[in-house]
Amino acid sequence: MKPFRYARPGGVAEAVRSGAEQPGSRFLAGGTNLVDLMKLGVERPDLVVDVGGLGLDEIVVDSGGGLRIGANVRNSDLAVHPAVRRELPMLSQALLSGASGQLRNQATAAGNLLQRTRCVYFQDVSKPCNKREPGSGCPARQGDHRNLAVLGGSAACIATHPSDFAVALAAADAEVAVTGPAGERTLRLDELYLLPGEHPERETSLAPGDLITAIVVPPLPFGTTSAYRKVRDRASYAFAVASVAAAIDVTDGVVRDVRIALGAVAPKPWRAHRAEDALRGLEPTASAFRAAVEAELSVAEPLPDNAFKLPLTANVVVSVLSDLTGASR
Amino acid sequence: MRITTTVNGQQRVVDDVWEGESLLYVLRERMGLPGSKNACEQGECGSCTVYLDGVTACACLVAGGQAEGREVVTVEALADADGLHPVQEAFLECGAVQCGFCTPGLLVQTHDLLARTGRPSDPEIREALAGNLCRCTGYEKILDAVRLASERMASR
Repeated sequence: MKPFRYARPGGVAEAVRSGAEQPGSRFLAGGTNLVDLMKLGVERPDLVVDVGGLGLDEIVVDSGGGLRIGANVRNSDLAVHPAVRRELPMLSQALLSGASGQLRNQATAAGNLLQRTRCVYFQDVSKPCNKREPGSGCPARQGDHRNLAVLGGSAACIATHPSDFAVALAAADAEVAVTGPAGERTLRLDELYLLPGEHPERETSLAPGDLITAIVVPPLPFGTTSAYRKVRDRASYAFAVASVAAAIDVTDGVVRDVRIALGAVAPKPWRAHRAEDALRGLEPTASAFRAAVEAELSVAEPLPDNAFKLPLTANVVVSVLSDLTGASR
Repeated sequence: MRITTTVNGQQRVVDDVWEGESLLYVLRERMGLPGSKNACEQGECGSCTVYLDGVTACACLVAGGQAEGREVVTVEALADADGLHPVQEAFLECGAVQCGFCTPGLLVQTHDLLARTGRPSDPEIREALAGNLCRCTGYEKILDAVRLASERMASR
């Protein structure tokens, strides 16, 4: 591991100042996806700013059912929080489907959002990777791309975002509260995450020193009718090969509102706006669900070994929405 | 840097810890506690599972500095003056140990499972131990051991 300086700031302002003044610094929270990457030489920070002592570990539920989740809340604590399970079961299900018990006990909410892709080329410093070493190339299109993106990728990079939690948050219209050198701001998840384009090394719109302090989930009245379903190569402790977070409101026999986000198919949690737009006002039937998700996936650019993700994702969307609405398949 | 932690109930002060050292390294190489095993170093195998502030963690992914002021309990603390813990006895009796490298992590994770869930179902056992990999046993004997320990502990 490359030697680094270690700082333990006493407050958010000091953490932000430390992070901003040293190029190549990293905030350390749970450590479950920074310490491992530092050992592999993928992450080589000059300064590690340990934000684990800053608190930021409360979950506040507002009267409307919205949540403010402190950045340092542990995944395991968040997953079993009564209000989360009641108001947004898809959030709890997504968290519990990720990693192992030991890792969920340490991994934080904000750290989960900022975890790095598990693309095998990114994690192997002996291989080219445009994300890790800009301009070095990408072997994935001709090589191992079974787990990589079918939506939102670029010629430079087709890495997928690995988080389950972020997929459920995307469906819930969550925002992150950020404190940076210029003050505080909030970012929607689709503002936080960037698509790779020609610069896959830039994954988020966060600048040096920008610290996520909380995740803000607005009230979602039909969030109680939500679910997260993950398909993976074994029953537990594996990253998704396809996943879906969905919430749906059926009133008077028609879809009044719906939220759908897809995981493991894109460089960021993929909010399926096209599918949502197609469904509003329709009767909730399996055929309507299938037509909607196929419209969403019509812009996909699959490769030979990941094309299976398209029918798989469509099937999971149909299955989740059918289960939530009681529609027969 | 100096690290002050509580390990198995005793305060331990260790000097000259490098910030990049893991808690696992500190336990094994600086505190004389080699029970927690060093295998994948990536948080994938669970061989280094310890309690950190009351919940289980992979000690290999805890940077030395992160351990400051924390409370650690290792596999060495499961047995007491009266003998082995029922989880350890069950692993021995069921033959849930072959090469033994994964065993300390499995013992700690099983200890935690049975402290939280008195009579776990098979799916609950499998999920709780999903982060502990064993290359020898095929897991059947491990599941037998967890069931046996759970029966004995529930009947006490």
